[in-house]
Amino acid sequence: MKKKLTTVMFRGTKAQEEQLIAVIEKYRDTEGAMMPVLQEAQEIYGYLPIEVQKIIAQRMDVSLEEVYGVASFYSQFSLNPKGEVAIAVCLGTACYVKGAGDIIDRISLKLGGLAAGDTSPDGKYSLEATRCIGACGLAPVLTVNGEVYGRLVKEDVDGILDKYM
Amino acid sequence: MIRSHVLLCGGTGCTSSGSGKIQAALEAELKAKGLEEEVKIVVTGCFGLCAVGPIMIVYPEGTFYSMVQESDVAEIVEEHLLKGRPVERLIYAEHHDAIEEKVTSLADTTFYKKQKRVALRNCGYINPEVIDEYIAMDGYQALGKVLTEMTPDDVIKCILDSGLRGRGGGGFPTGRKWMFAQAQPQGKKYVVCNADEGDPGAFMDRSILEGDPHAVLEAMAIAGYAIGADEGYIYVRAEYPIAIHRLEVAIAQAREYGLLGKDIFGTGFNFDIQLRFGAGAFVCGEETALLTSIEGNRGEPRPRPPFPAVKGLFGKPTIINNVETYANITQIILNGPEWFASMGTEKSKGTKVFALGGKITNTGLVEIPMGTTLREVVEEIGGGIPNGKKFKAAQTGGPSGGCIPESLYDTPIDYDSLIAIGSMMGSGGLIVMDEDTCMVDIARFFLDFTVDESCGKCTPCRVGTRRLLEILDKIIAGNGTLEDIDKLEELCYYIKSASLCGLGQTAPNPVLSTLKYFRHEYEAHVVDKKCPAGVCKDLLSYIVIEDKCKGCTACARVCPVGAISGAVKQPHVIDTAKCIKCGACIEKCKFNAIVKQ
Ligand SMILES: Cc1cc2nc3c(=O)[nH]c(=O)nc-3n(C[C@H](O)[C@H](O)[C@H](O)COP(=O)(O)O)c2cc1C
Ligand code: SF4
Ligand code: SF4
Ligand code: SF4
Ligand code: FES
Ligand code: FES
Repeated sequence: MKKKLTTVMFRGTKAQEEQLIAVIEKYRDTEGAMMPVLQEAQEIYGYLPIEVQKIIAQRMDVSLEEVYGVASFYSQFSLNPKGEVAIAVCLGTACYVKGAGDIIDRISLKLGGLAAGDTSPDGKYSLEATRCIGACGLAPVLTVNGEVYGRLVKEDVDGILDKYM
Repeated sequence: MIRSHVLLCGGTGCTSSGSGKIQAALEAELKAKGLEEEVKIVVTGCFGLCAVGPIMIVYPEGTFYSMVQESDVAEIVEEHLLKGRPVERLIYAEHHDAIEEKVTSLADTTFYKKQKRVALRNCGYINPEVIDEYIAMDGYQALGKVLTEMTPDDVIKCILDSGLRGRGGGGFPTGRKWMFAQAQPQGKKYVVCNADEGDPGAFMDRSILEGDPHAVLEAMAIAGYAIGADEGYIYVRAEYPIAIHRLEVAIAQAREYGLLGKDIFGTGFNFDIQLRFGAGAFVCGEETALLTSIEGNRGEPRPRPPFPAVKGLFGKPTIINNVETYANITQIILNGPEWFASMGTEKSKGTKVFALGGKITNTGLVEIPMGTTLREVVEEIGGGIPNGKKFKAAQTGGPSGGCIPESLYDTPIDYDSLIAIGSMMGSGGLIVMDEDTCMVDIARFFLDFTVDESCGKCTPCRVGTRRLLEILDKIIAGNGTLEDIDKLEELCYYIKSASLCGLGQTAPNPVLSTLKYFRHEYEAHVVDKKCPAGVCKDLLSYIVIEDKCKGCTACARVCPVGAISGAVKQPHVIDTAKCIKCGACIEKCKFNAIVKQ
C-alpha cells in the first residue's frame, strides 16, 4: 500500500511517551501484541511518526523494519498528522455510485487543490478518501473531525466547509 | 408501571443521522413531563431501513416514525406519549405509483413483508447492551441445550444436516469445516470470528454485532464445544467503534452471568473470547491473512494447504467463520436442521442478509430467503430506483464479484446461480446502478481498490492488477484501442489463474463481468470516444447552447477557473481548454442552456 511520509515536525511530549511505555508494558505478555500497541500509540499521538515507531521497536525489542512493516501495511495507521480540520470523504462503493467522486473533487477545489491523502502546509486542513464508514444508508457521506454528514449532494459541500473555515 | 416502549435505532446509520441527540432530548423531555416511570427508552441496533433514519418505533401501538429530528421530540412526547395521538406527519410513508400511503406499523411495510429474519431476528428489537433482553428472546438456550443434551458429534451433525454454508463469501459448508477441526488430535484449538467486513458498501456483519452481539458469542461457544476449543477470537474492524463497544459490553455481561469463562452451566466446559482489531486492510478478510494479522504481523496470506482447520492460529487447529454464519447457529440448534433446510433452494439453504446500496430507494439491510430473485429484492423490497431512472445493473460480491445486467433480473439469488452468471454471492453487498452509472468507470473503481489493497506478496496480483488499472485509465481517458480491450481480457484470465490468494484470483471479476455484459460501453469509449453514461470527464465537454442562453452571467460568476466568457445579455461561451469539468455552471444555469456531451 502506498503511504506518504510526513514533513511536519514531531512534537511528542514526555507525558505521551510515558503513556506509550505503559501501553507497551500492558501488552508485554500478550501474543501478537504489535497491532494493539500500534493502535493505542496512534490514539495517544494521533498518528505514528518514525519517532514513535522507534520507541516501540526499542521497547518491544524488535527491529524498526518490523514496526514500520506493520505500520505501513494497514491503512488505519497514519504516518501523517491530521489537519486541525480533518475531512474524510467516503469512497466506498455505495458512496461512489452516488457521486462521492464529485464531492471530493469539489472539496479539493475549494481547498486550493489539496489532494486526497494530503495535509495543507499550514496544518489546518487534511483531506482523506476513506473506505466505507458503515453509514451506507446515508450515502454519500463525509466526516469532518468525526462529525458525520450524509445524504449529500455536491452543492452541500460549501455550506459544510464554511462552518470550519 | 411501564405502559409504552420507545425503540430508538442506535445503529451506525441512525447514529450518524443524529439518534444520539434524539435520545438525550427524549430522556430530558420524559423527565420534564414526569413520564420516566411509564415510558421506557430502548436503544436498539439497526432496523434495516437506514435510508429514512433516524428511526423510532413506539409500542404497544407499533407506530413507525422515520426521519425523526431532535426538534420533533417534544411533540412526540406531548402528543403521542402523553395524549395518545400519534404524530401523523412523522409516520413513515410508502409511495406506490406516486400515491403516498402512510404505513403505521413497521411489519406492514413492503420493505419488511418479503423478508425472513433469522440472522437479524433480534436486530432492532432488543437493547444489545442488556443481556437479559437477549435471554428473554431465548438467548443462551441453545448453548444450554448443546452442553447438557448433545455430544460434539451431535452438534456437528445438526449443522451438517442444516446445509448451512459460510456467509463470508466462499460458501463452504460450515458443518464440514467444524468436522475437520474436530477430527484433529485433542489439544489447543481456536474458534475465530471473521468480522473484518472488507467489502466497501456492505454492513451486514457490523449491524449484527451492533444489534445482537450475544448471538455471535453464544454461537462461538457452541462451536468451541463442537471442535474442542476453549478460546475464541473476534477479529473486528477498528473502524466499527459502536460494534466494538457493544461486543465489549456483551462479553463482560456474559462473563458475569457465567455464560463465558470457566465451567459454563456447571458442565465443566470452559470458553472465553477476546477481541482483536483489524486495521483497514482488505486482504485481512482472507482467512489465512486474518490469522497472520492476529499473530501481530503484516496480514499477508499463507498458502493453503495446510488449511486453518489443521494448522491455523498460532499453528493450532482453528475454525474461522463469518459473523452472519455464526448468527444462524443458535436458531439451527433450537429449531432443528430440518427447519433451516426448509428455507432456500436445493443447494443454498436458509436466508441471506444483504446491504442494499447505490441507486435504490430503500437503502438499508434486508434478509431474504435464498432463491428470492434479484428483481424482487430491488423492485419490491428495495422500492425500486429513485428519480424515475432505469435499472442498469446490480453488483454483488464487492471487489471480488461482478455485475448483473437487467436481462438477468430474474436470477434467483443463491450461491450457484450467481457464480453461473459470473458474479458471486460475496458477503452481502448489493449495489444498484442506474443509467447514469458508467460500467467502465465502475470496473476502474474496483481495480483501483484492489491495486491499493493487494498485499504485494505475489507478482500476478501486484503487477497484473496495476496493468489492468493502467489499461482502464487509458480507455477512460479516450486513448484506448480495441486491442486494449482484448489485452484486458487476456490479462484477467492470467491473474485469475496465477495469483496466490483469493484477492488476486477474484480481482479481475469486475472487469470480466462488465466486459461480458457491457462490452458495448467499452467499445463506445474506444471507438466513438464517448462515455454513454456521461461520467468519464475526459470524454465530455461542457458547451453553451447559444439559442437558450439569456446571458444572465450566473455561470461565468460561478466557474472556479474563469473558463466562461460573454457580455451581459449575450450568449456565453465555454473555453473547453480551460474548463475543468466541475459541473458548477450546469447547476447554476436556470435556463438549461449548458449541456455536457
Ligand atoms: C480477499 C478476501 C477478502 C475476504 N473478506 C472477508 C470478509 O470481509 N469477511 C468474511 O467473513 N470473509 C471474508 N473472506 C472469506 C474468508 O477467507 C473465509 O472464507 C470466511 O471468513 C470463512 O467463513 P465462512 O465459511 O463462515 O464464510 C474474504 C476472502 C478473500 C479472499
Ligand atoms: S493474490 Fe494479491 S493479495 Fe493475495 S497474496 Fe498475492 S499479492 Fe497478496
Ligand atoms: S447561466 Fe445559462 S443563461 Fe446564464 S449566461 Fe450562463 S449559460 Fe447563459
Ligand atoms: S464545468 Fe466548471 S470549469 Fe467548466 S465551464 Fe462549467 S463551471 Fe467552469
Ligand atoms: S460506502 Fe460510504 S458509508 Fe458505506
Ligand atoms: S442504522 Fe438505524 S435503521 Fe439502520
